[in-house]
Amino acid sequence: MRIDCQHVWEYISAYIDGEVPAQLRAEIDQHLETCEICSAVLDSTRNVVLLIGDDRVFELPAGFGDRLHERLEKELALTEN
Amino acid sequence: MTTAPNPDSEAECIRRILAGEKHLFHQLIRPCERSLYFLLFSLLKNEADAEDAAQETVIKVYRNLHLFRGDSQFRTWVLSIARNEGLGRLRKAETRREDSLDALTDSESGDFTPAILTSWREVPLEALERNELGALLRSAIEGLPAIYRNVVLLRDIEEMDVRETAAALGISEGAVKVRLHRARALLQRDLAPKLKGFAPKRGRLFGWAK
Repeated sequence: MRIDCQHVWEYISAYIDGEVPAQLRAEIDQHLETCEICSAVLDSTRNVVLLIGDDRVFELPAGFGDRLHERLEKELALTEN
Repeated sequence: MTTAPNPDSEAECIRRILAGEKHLFHQLIRPCERSLYFLLFSLLKNEADAEDAAQETVIKVYRNLHLFRGDSQFRTWVLSIARNEGLGRLRKAETRREDSLDALTDSESGDFTPAILTSWREVPLEALERNELGALLRSAIEGLPAIYRNVVLLRDIEEMDVRETAAALGISEGAVKVRLHRARALLQRDLAPKLKGFAPKRGRLFGWAK
């Protein structure tokens, strides 16, 4: 039985994470071979996941670590005996 | 001051801190800092508040270190304390933002249809050198409903596994998967049409200069 586009979209995320059972994965792969739309949806979703995961997108504010450890140092000094 | 070598495991580090080598706490908390901050940022949506809450969380972790049982990863425990800190602040502020506490459930039935494209050219990571791309990605994530934003930050940005994400957020592994799927679908729909401008131009197959 051939699966439709809607069905493929439901599994896009699991497919990217490699969490789709083998049988279903094979059906999705078969669908992707001929469906330009689903291939583009899969590739664009995968690309978005890759881009947002890059360290340059979300950076800690400058000096975050220094300020945190300074505050911590004060706390440690307080409990020093 | 002790001159003992650095502890070679988290558990040993914790044991030695509790036995009095307090300075080792700096080392213990360092690997958790990023996740801690971004979890709080995803809840509070504001850098200054997230930083303040992160500092407060770290102090709480230090004061309560003797309560850590070791039956979860240390980072998971830290993140659950951060989450409580963040939720406590949201409650206190009684922000009635549509995506705040009231909307922390999965009950809504949204539309998660992807953006339909017939061709797609990948945007290379190098394109992140352009500041507008980073800004575009950040604003798309910040625009997600809170329950999806949390999950995407921990799973796709901090690269935590499903189990740890579930434990840190106090939800089931199934909910993590559903929310991640929806978050990615919303991001694809929002971003894919906008990313076109960042894709490299089609190769000049015959070497013709344009």
